[in-house]
Order: sequence, then structure tokens, then C-alpha cells
Amino acid sequence: MNIIVPIKQVPDLVEELEINSDGTDLDREWLKMKLNEFDDHALEEALLMKDDSGATVTAIALDGDDIDKALYAAAAKGADKLVKITGVSGNSTHEAAKAMANAIQGMEYDIIMTGVQSVDDRDGQLAVILAHYLGNSHVSVVTGMQASGGSVTVQKEYGAGMVAEFEASTPIVLGIQAARETPRYVPVAKVRRAQKSSTIEEVAAGDIGVDAGSSVSKMYKPDTGAGAEMIGGSAEDQANKIMELLTQKGIK
Amino acid sequence: MSNQIFVVVEHLKGKIEDITFEMLGKGKEMADASGGELVAVLLGSGAEGMASQLGAASKVIYVDDANLAEYNPQAYCKAVGSVVEANSPKMVLIGNTSMGMDIAGGVSVDLNIPFVAYASGISNDGGTITSALYGGKMNVDSSPSGDGCIVSVISGSFPADAGRVDGSPSVETASADLSGLTIQFKRLIEPEGGDVDITQQEILISVGRGIQSDENLPLAEELAAKLGGAISCSRPIVDSKWLSKTRQVGKSGLKVKPKLYLALGISGAPEHIEGMKDADLIIAVNTDPKAPIFDYAHYGVVQDLFDFIPALSGKL
Repeated sequence: MNIIVPIKQVPDLVEELEINSDGTDLDREWLKMKLNEFDDHALEEALLMKDDSGATVTAIALDGDDIDKALYAAAAKGADKLVKITGVSGNSTHEAAKAMANAIQGMEYDIIMTGVQSVDDRDGQLAVILAHYLGNSHVSVVTGMQASGGSVTVQKEYGAGMVAEFEASTPIVLGIQAARETPRYVPVAKVRRAQKSSTIEEVAAGDIGVDAGSSVSKMYKPDTGAGAEMIGGSAEDQANKIMELLTQKGIK
Repeated sequence: MSNQIFVVVEHLKGKIEDITFEMLGKGKEMADASGGELVAVLLGSGAEGMASQLGAASKVIYVDDANLAEYNPQAYCKAVGSVVEANSPKMVLIGNTSMGMDIAGGVSVDLNIPFVAYASGISNDGGTITSALYGGKMNVDSSPSGDGCIVSVISGSFPADAGRVDGSPSVETASADLSGLTIQFKRLIEPEGGDVDITQQEILISVGRGIQSDENLPLAEELAAKLGGAISCSRPIVDSKWLSKTRQVGKSGLKVKPKLYLALGISGAPEHIEGMKDADLIIAVNTDPKAPIFDYAHYGVVQDLFDFIPALSGKL
């Protein structure tokens, strides 16, 4: 079984986000990036399948900030092959998906699994868009799967704890919501060793010819704090205020 | 391109989901403002009876096919694509839900139509769409560049009541080629019973990533016990297996409306907000003063959880 896992780096939301001088995008100069958490789950699920039944796992990513590090980290966790796609200028999902589709078309694969969404996929989620450029079927919000032969049983999460189960033939693209297990952690030393022992294969993006299909006029922060009345002071002061409030509202 | 606004109807087990009514309400407002027509796209098998609940629309396009008896990502993609291609509407509204996330992007590629995701606002002329991105930390306004646009709408962005109109819209039947499906529906798995039903609780103490470790959960549990409430959580806590799925609030979890929702270390991603924003009293505690949860909370506390929780517990 060959599994391809597209991964990407996204801004770390723990850090302060600043807007660029045009007011249309993030100021990317000082942005701290991290692996899209859902991609981490997709990679974990792929590696668990490898552990179970000996799949070959390929991590693939578009060239970008810190991407080599992310690919080597994937290798350190157990990915067998690393592929980096070069020459993509835009940052829309449609462009990324087309570039990936170009690169993947020449590869052998049964299942492509990637994160169900990312924090910046304004023109849509990668999995479904990639699937349609490849002409493959797709299921998103996947929380479990069991593969056998040319077919895969997929659990897809609806709201309110309801799950639907589908039977699908491969090849298929899956948008992963959560892996069976918490994504594994690798220490930096192991990533460094992977950097020495593994190779990133570079592939040119090829003809893209698509874009987001919409143009951004403005990026702005929602009025943070506008909704809440903020309670200041020490933890003790704040707890006192909350107690007053709960009494006042008849809750305690 | 026609001057139609399409709303793709989402239904499960014979019940039309709230997101559909939210989109119909918004779609009606847009159609009224622009002199356009609001059309509901209903897919199913023997489901035409649902049209009477879609009175906000002036027309229902109904595709009846045995392959649509249960939701199927591939069949829905093909059927929605086929109806959209035949009519070239000005805008297609699809829920940014588990189902909608299968469909919107696929139709965008198949028909080469722009797609704007995570919409929390749409101007009535359809020219400007506001997307909530970066976990709700940034809004982005954008305009579709071509004719026609698919927009996926975040649940709870528009009031459902405006779209919940009974009536008898005209029903136009359409068919779609659903041959060669490689995905088959097998079964629905109901959530496991037996746990506390958080939708019935008046007091919820809800924990997020800020709780840091399952070893810290007893702190929150003690607080919940003292307040006479139950523990709920955001998605990362369930993904980490620290609490069961039955405790999850949000898009892929449950929608709750308690008298008190105390959010501890929850940043407030749009997916979480969807599930709790209608609570009577929301108090949020977070170390990050810029956390989006403070937009939705009535009262905000910027504090280390491990200082705040014992302080509050000590008073109960």
C-alpha cells in the first residue's frame, strides 16, 4: 500500500499575528510557523497503517518557510520518502492542489491523506480540491479507516457525535480530522539524524493555470474583547468577582 | 449567469439541519435586495415532502435518486455539480459542515467556479464575502473574480428563524448521472450513550488546550462538582483522548446552551464557538488577552488557569 501525505506549515496561532502594510495578508516576515495540526494527524494515521500492514508513506509539501524541517520531522517519525514541490508562487489552495496533483500524477498511490482543513485555506480545503484535480473520490472529516485490498472502510464524523461509515475503492483522497492515536512526538535530535540520513526529492510544480478565483480586499482583526467585560486584578480578586456574578445570576 | 441564489439543503435522518435555514434566511435577504430568486437544492430519495419546510425559497430543485437515499460525498458532489452547471446561479451557499466540506471544493474544481470558504458574512449584492480565518483571529474580505461563486457558510453566522418558513415553493425535478460511484454508504453509527448528556446540563465547566495535561483535569472536575455542573471540552482534548467524544462542544461535537458556560483555556476557534455561543452566561478564562473566545464571552478573565481554578474552587 502506498500512502501519500501532503503536509504544510501554517502560522502558529499562539503568536501575535500582524497584518501587512497593504492590509490584505499577514505580515509574514516574523511569522512563526508550525505543522498544520490536522496534517500531523493525517501523518500519524498513515504511520499507524504502516505499522499495522507495512505501507510506504510519502510526505509531500510545497516549498516554503521551514518546510525542509517539517519534511525531515516526518521522516524522523517514520515517513519513507520526502518530496518537495518547487516553483509555486501563489498561496491559494487551488494553486497548491494543482501543483500537488501534477506531482502526484506520476506517483503510485492508493490513499492520499491530509489534514481536513488548515487555518488559512480561504479558498477551500486541500483534500477535496486535490481529489478533484486528480479525478479521485474523496471523503472529508475522517476519524477512522480500515484498508484491505483495493478498498477502504472510512468513518466520517458528522456533528453531535454521529459517525457515518462508507466503503470506498482506492485510489481515494481523505481529509483527516483525527488519527486513532495522538500524533507521535519526535525529539529534535532524531530530526537532525533524519536530516543527515534522508533525502528530499525536488519536483517542479509544472503547469498550474488556476488561482483562488477571488481577490482579498481587506484583512482585519475581529474586535477582540469587545464582547466580554474584562475582570482584572489578581486571581483572587477575579475569583471574588466571578463569585459575586454567579450569586447575582442565581447560579450559586 | 442567472440571478439566482442557490442553497444546498442538508438533512440527516429526515430532519433538515439548522444550517440550511440559516442559509435560506441569508439567501432570502440577498435575493430580495437584488431582485433575484432564492432556490433550494434538495437531494434525496422520496424526500420531496421536505420541500414544504423550504418556504423561504421560491423554488426547490429536487433530485430524486436511490443513490441519494443516504448522504454520499461522491453522489452529492455529482448531483450538486450537475444542478449548478445546468442553471449557472450567481451564488451557491453550502454549509461549512462535515457534509459541505465534501462538496463545495469538488464542485468548484469540476465546474471551474470560484470558492470562498469559512464565510461568516456576505454582502447582500454578493460582492463581498467575509471569511473567518486563523482560528477566528483574522477576518478576510474578498470578492469573487468570475461569474458565479460557491460560498461555504459557518454554522451560526446567520439567524435560522429568518429561513424557517413553511410554504409550498414550486418543485422542479432534476436528474443527475450518478453512475460509477466508487463510494457506498454503509451505516450510521450513533453516539455511545451512558455518559452525561452535556446538552442537558445547566452548568458546564469546559476545558481546552490550556489545561495542558490530563493530569490537570481533576482541578476542573473538582470545580464542576462544587458548582453542580459537568465537564465539557473543546476538540483537542478529545483528540488527545483525555475526555470522551460525548463531552465535546462545537462543530463536530455537540451544541450546548447552558445557564453557565465557563471556558477554561479555550481559545475560541470558530468550530468551538458554533457549539456554545448561545449559552446564557459565558465566562472565559485564558492567558491570551487576544483570544477570540473573549469576543463571545460575557465576562473575560486573563489569568493563568492554575492560579484561577484553585482561587475559585476555594470559594465554593
